[in-house]
Amino acid sequence: MSSDAIICRCEDVLLSDIRRLLDSGLTTFDEVKKFSRCGMGPCQGRTCRSLVLAEIARHRGIRVQDLEPGRFRPPGKSIPISAFLEGGEEQ
Amino acid sequence: MTRADVIIVGGGIMGCSIAYHLARRGMRRVVVLERSHIASGATGRCGAGVRMQWGTKPNCLVMKESIRILEGLEQELSYPHGIGFKQKGYLFLAHSKAQLIQFQKNVQLQNSLGIPSEIVSPKDMKRIAPLLDTTGVVGGSYCSKDGHCDPFHTTRAYALAATRLGATLLQYTELQSVTKSAEGTFKLTTSAGEIEAPVLVNAAGAWSGYVASMLGVNLPVYSERHQILVTEQVERVLDPMIISLHEGLYCQQTPDGSFIMGLGDPNEPKGLDQGHSWQFLFAVSKKISRLLPDITGVRILRQWSGLYNMSPDRQAVLGAVDDVPGLYVACGFSGHGFMMAPAVSESMADIILGNTPRVAIDVYGLDRFKNGNLFYEPAVV
Ligand SMILES: Cc1cc2nc3c(=O)[nH]c(=O)nc-3n(C[C@H](O)[C@H](O)[C@H](O)COP(=O)(O)OP(=O)(O)OC[C@H]3O[C@@H](n4cnc5c(N)ncnc54)[C@H](O)[C@@H]3O)c2cc1C
Repeated sequence: MSSDAIICRCEDVLLSDIRRLLDSGLTTFDEVKKFSRCGMGPCQGRTCRSLVLAEIARHRGIRVQDLEPGRFRPPGKSIPISAFLEGGEEQ
Repeated sequence: MTRADVIIVGGGIMGCSIAYHLARRGMRRVVVLERSHIASGATGRCGAGVRMQWGTKPNCLVMKESIRILEGLEQELSYPHGIGFKQKGYLFLAHSKAQLIQFQKNVQLQNSLGIPSEIVSPKDMKRIAPLLDTTGVVGGSYCSKDGHCDPFHTTRAYALAATRLGATLLQYTELQSVTKSAEGTFKLTTSAGEIEAPVLVNAAGAWSGYVASMLGVNLPVYSERHQILVTEQVERVLDPMIISLHEGLYCQQTPDGSFIMGLGDPNEPKGLDQGHSWQFLFAVSKKISRLLPDITGVRILRQWSGLYNMSPDRQAVLGAVDDVPGLYVACGFSGHGFMMAPAVSESMADIILGNTPRVAIDVYGLDRFKNGNLFYEPAVV
């Protein structure tokens, strides 16, 4: 993949941005996410997570399946604020 | 056994900024222990608002200095990415006459200390935040110099500057136990081996009470979960951070367009739970739809929580632990430690080195719990 390939379309993160962060010592998906915003956009990392994990694995010389996949934050699929205006009282 | 001159436990905003100031003052072997990665604790989970509008003089002075430092921090720390510091103001809503009187007192205090805050009418508030529904709001206070800053990059800027000055950052390294030898050296066992130093700084956030207990010290702090959410990015429509102490609610739109909002829950039990609940989504949505009815179509992207480390007077706990020479603590931030760090870390470094700090922080000392000099902060969410 060319280093100006876009890894995260939601947040405009390039492969070269990811590589620069890994070169500076970051080692996990969660760190890459927090310091590049990769995976923080509307799709919540659906496309970029596997690409970033593959890049981390390559950088660290280990297998993807041996990496922490990174945290998944709810609600997973985005929901409008208006969906929470009725109900929700304690049972 | 590795030897250091000072070991700082915790790689949040406090630990990293204290490390920077110690290294900058020429301390040689500065080591930061972080059991996960930097900013993985409260720092990376926080609302990251910074404001000078406080109800006690020490907090006003500290935050005023913090904001002054933040204005030039990218340059000071040579951090080209930037720390995302934006000054779009903080708007406090008063829902009752009594609350407005408290705000008037706060503003009087703030103005006397050179803080450019003001009392605003509901009409002024509509001008500052046109989307705000002021029904039931009798007035408020506003300071245009307050704002927001990226917590990950601010922490990283301090951490990288500290390491450039020779400090060592040990991430994924957990402090497991510590003892003090007869000669006064702290001997630490970590997940990555043993390390010792004559000076130990407890900047372990929500876990500071536990770390102190390893040395038999009982800190008067406890931890408490606070939930928060972020929405998708939309067009910029809201400049200031909106705070309703009455609702326990805060909401702001970050420069990239997402709304961040959080809620204090008076029934939250003490503890170290960092989970999240669907009840929070309902509670915060209902409250925000009354204050900002036009944003209810915006979609919620993520929710999470972090821990406040609370003290009895909701004021930070800073300085030396008298019973254990060489031990220092910076904790108990009660939900506003991110904005205290720029000023307070410098003062902590000076106290550790025996210098007189530029910004006095002795009122935050542990001795206040012995001699009863608590000073309750009213302006806390
Ligand atoms: C939801 C929420 C919103 C907030 N909003 C704001 C706001 O708008 N403005 C503001 O100023 N403040 C805010 N705060 C408060 C702010 O986040 C904290 O006061 C501040 O980040 C504290 O920084 P710290 O470095 O002391 O703690 P932390 O960031 O928690 O750092 C402590 C570190 O110590 C590490 N650690 C703990 N035990 C060990 C061990 N045994 N060995 C090694 N490492 C260890 C942890 O992993 C952690 O990274 C908010 C907090 C929350 C939870």
